[in-house]
Amino acid sequence: MDKDFSRREFIKISSAGLGGLALSNPVFNWLKGETMVPGVLPGTYKRVPTYCEVCFWKCAGWAHVNDQGEIWKLTGNHEDPHCNGRLCPRGTGGVGMYYDEDRLKTPLIRRIVNGKQVYREASWNEAFDYIADKMKKIADEHGPECIALFSHGSGGKHFGRMLKAFGSPNITAPSYAQCRGPREVAFFSTYGEGIGSPERVDIRDTDCLVLIGSHIGENMHNGQVQEMSDAIDKGATIITVDPRFSTAASKSKHWLPIKPATDMALLLSWINVIINNEWYDKKYVEKYTFGFDELKEHVKNFTPEWAYGITTIKPHIIRKTAKVMANAAPSVIIHPGRHVTWYGDDTQRLRAVAILNALLGSWGRRGGFYNPEKRNVAKLKLPKYPKPSKTWRDAFPEQYKLAHLALASGICDATIPTAERDCSFKGWIVNGTNLISTLPKPANTLKAIQSLDLMVVVDTMPMEITGYADVVLPECTYLERYDNIRVSAHREPTIALRAPAVAPMYNSKPAWWMAKELANRLNLQDYFPFATEEEELDWQLKQVGSSLDEMKKIGMKKFDREFDDVYPLENLDDYEFNTNTGKIELYSTAMEDEGYDPLPTYTPHEEPPEGFYRLNYGRAPMHTFSRTANNPNLTDLMDENSVWINPKVAKEWDLANGQKIWLENQDGIVTSFPIKVRVTERIRWDSVYMVHGFGHTDKRMKRAYGKGASDSELITQTKIDPVMGGTGMRVNFVTFLTEAPIKGAV
Amino acid sequence: MRYAMAIDTKKCVGCSDCVVACQTENNVPIGYCRDWVIEATTGTYPDLSLEFRSERCNHCSNAPCVRCCPTEASHVVNGGIVLVDHNECIGCKACIESCPYDARFVHPEGYVDKCTFCIHRVEKGENPACVNVCPTKCMYFGDTDDSNSEISKILKKRKWKTLIPEAGTDPNIYYLI
Repeated sequence: MDKDFSRREFIKISSAGLGGLALSNPVFNWLKGETMVPGVLPGTYKRVPTYCEVCFWKCAGWAHVNDQGEIWKLTGNHEDPHCNGRLCPRGTGGVGMYYDEDRLKTPLIRRIVNGKQVYREASWNEAFDYIADKMKKIADEHGPECIALFSHGSGGKHFGRMLKAFGSPNITAPSYAQCRGPREVAFFSTYGEGIGSPERVDIRDTDCLVLIGSHIGENMHNGQVQEMSDAIDKGATIITVDPRFSTAASKSKHWLPIKPATDMALLLSWINVIINNEWYDKKYVEKYTFGFDELKEHVKNFTPEWAYGITTIKPHIIRKTAKVMANAAPSVIIHPGRHVTWYGDDTQRLRAVAILNALLGSWGRRGGFYNPEKRNVAKLKLPKYPKPSKTWRDAFPEQYKLAHLALASGICDATIPTAERDCSFKGWIVNGTNLISTLPKPANTLKAIQSLDLMVVVDTMPMEITGYADVVLPECTYLERYDNIRVSAHREPTIALRAPAVAPMYNSKPAWWMAKELANRLNLQDYFPFATEEEELDWQLKQVGSSLDEMKKIGMKKFDREFDDVYPLENLDDYEFNTNTGKIELYSTAMEDEGYDPLPTYTPHEEPPEGFYRLNYGRAPMHTFSRTANNPNLTDLMDENSVWINPKVAKEWDLANGQKIWLENQDGIVTSFPIKVRVTERIRWDSVYMVHGFGHTDKRMKRAYGKGASDSELITQTKIDPVMGGTGMRVNFVTFLTEAPIKGAV
Repeated sequence: MRYAMAIDTKKCVGCSDCVVACQTENNVPIGYCRDWVIEATTGTYPDLSLEFRSERCNHCSNAPCVRCCPTEASHVVNGGIVLVDHNECIGCKACIESCPYDARFVHPEGYVDKCTFCIHRVEKGENPACVNVCPTKCMYFGDTDDSNSEISKILKKRKWKTLIPEAGTDPNIYYLI
């Protein structure tokens, strides 16, 4: 056993080996030559409030800065329910985002020099003038609606305001159609409310947590990871459904190693068992739900024996786990997950999840789903936004009718001109999302980009997407800027402030300033009535009884709930749901009205061809998408991904642990770089797994370039969710190449 | 007084937050670390178990590194914390050879470095940075000589193991199993 515990193993997972290069943060060079007496660090330190931008969880914390304006460390805000004083590894390592020497440093404009396209360093004025001219031209020729904003992160709010004022409603984030959209639509259809972020799951107090492909602990959604740990302490039962022995599976009493792409069959048979054995919450179902009889009739043939043939999960395990859930009810959570765009029937699968929760009476109950509350800060008094005459939806008549947000993939598709459509997009502003690896089908994304008259990319790092921009605007990191107040819905409403800990490095600027400067050039200055963001924030905060000064001291403020309804259905109180029937719709009238199945059904999904394996992908706790791929602190923990392969498969292919191979998908697409094999029992024999966000092809990111392989390159097929346009991405299959593919070979 | 750490393997998810928090707290240069995470899988699909362990200097009660240090740079302070005096260290690496836990390394500035239990924080009544940051709250720090401390109570209540007990070093990092 002891050999497993060697430092070598550590290098593999944490990657911070002793042989590594000494790459001290430049700021701490002043420490050199001084005696490191533990606890005595030079300088006087103060703490500046922030909320984290490394992922979407937005934990409130503190940047500890010395009097020379150097950041020492980041810590969590103890009052904040998102983090409870404990940042995750990415948040703790967020300081690396600031110190990353490969950051974008100055505005760039694409120019042709001697017949070659090159980037020329530009002044901010030149960059803004260029963008404003192009935007006006597109608006004159095609309408302002033909400019779209793709964003993931805080900057999107500022550019969004500018773009709405300009006349375009086409503002999108890949976090919808490439991530959690199906979940929101499914829960809206069932309960008249979505799940939101942070998820309204009462994991802290649950007796039974059921995870379906949701790898909490590897996805480091901070508050949720913390609550799962609390639940383990309290003796909660965890049931994990995953073809991979995930970290969460290893913490589970019941791990169901399901055949990939068959989750729907398991869910339907659980519903069947719970109804047939009358294990459902009768009073709750009678009082709150609509369509129980139709559901009962619908699932009558979905027995555990039926599901066994599909899922490979034995019938007695299906019955036993259904009983465990029923015994815990209503303190049970069938977790809706977060990244759920898998197979194209995802809204329906999440409907099954929503229905199962309703049968067990967990919605609105302690240990199930709580009712979050938020306290909005005052809306700015702005002129009315112009009414757009067209939207992205016009490109998809009679499709995706329940999508309630814009589809990033839809706008991308609607950028490629077709004969039938006269409203193709002509301009993109892209902020904080590397669309080359965020959107599926990268060749399609590149084709769309080629059709644009204007492409502006705003980022902190030279991500691949920046290489396709006409203008690149270097955004300063979250540690160097103000942003909108974080307004979050939780058990208690909270607001949090992000203030700059240090001045922007290089010639980088905050998104708020960029949006305002652009608005000035587009005659939209009335939409940015304040001279500085500080003034705007102070005004907003004063409307809710706080101020910028107060928030700078406390960072995060909690408010009392206006209503005492964290668990509104705890005592079977009367409640009207925001659905057509006013009830929890087991049978969805909204789906029926739009021509979709009102009850979820099982559809078999395509299986891997001979010699191919389903490509599953996911997260590592120390990285967020590709955003962190070059962060010195986080690459120190993990600098490349590996492909997980079952030992039986590895033997068949004669693959060894650590061997570098290339992955080729069903369409003959091969990864740009090789990836290390990880032979592990933790994965089924019919699928492989890799962490998303690696295999960067942009040499300007020195630590990330060529490290591992990109799953996105292999996602050349999608199955589109007809209900809301989500792109199911777990429909790709890969095989192994042990020798380097010859470039240009057919 | 005997400072010790107990780490709950049932809760640890192996996220390495302890590693990066230690790095920033103590200005450990990038490429080096004073603590690290081990992942150990046993069994055959689907009968598997998985253990994550955050490891570091065991601040042994019978520390070979202290005994073998020719300059007394490696020394024990109040509460049993093993430290290295950087000014006294000549970088001979005898301590690195003697440590069964591979917990020490040569800092790029030439001296031997390792976990200090964040003594600068402990002296102020705070927990070490790794304990303080852990999102799963799987780490407990305290005085095992005080039977009323949280760590003493949890070590009484739970099953635990130490690493390489046969080395006879009397380690002070406990893993709850």
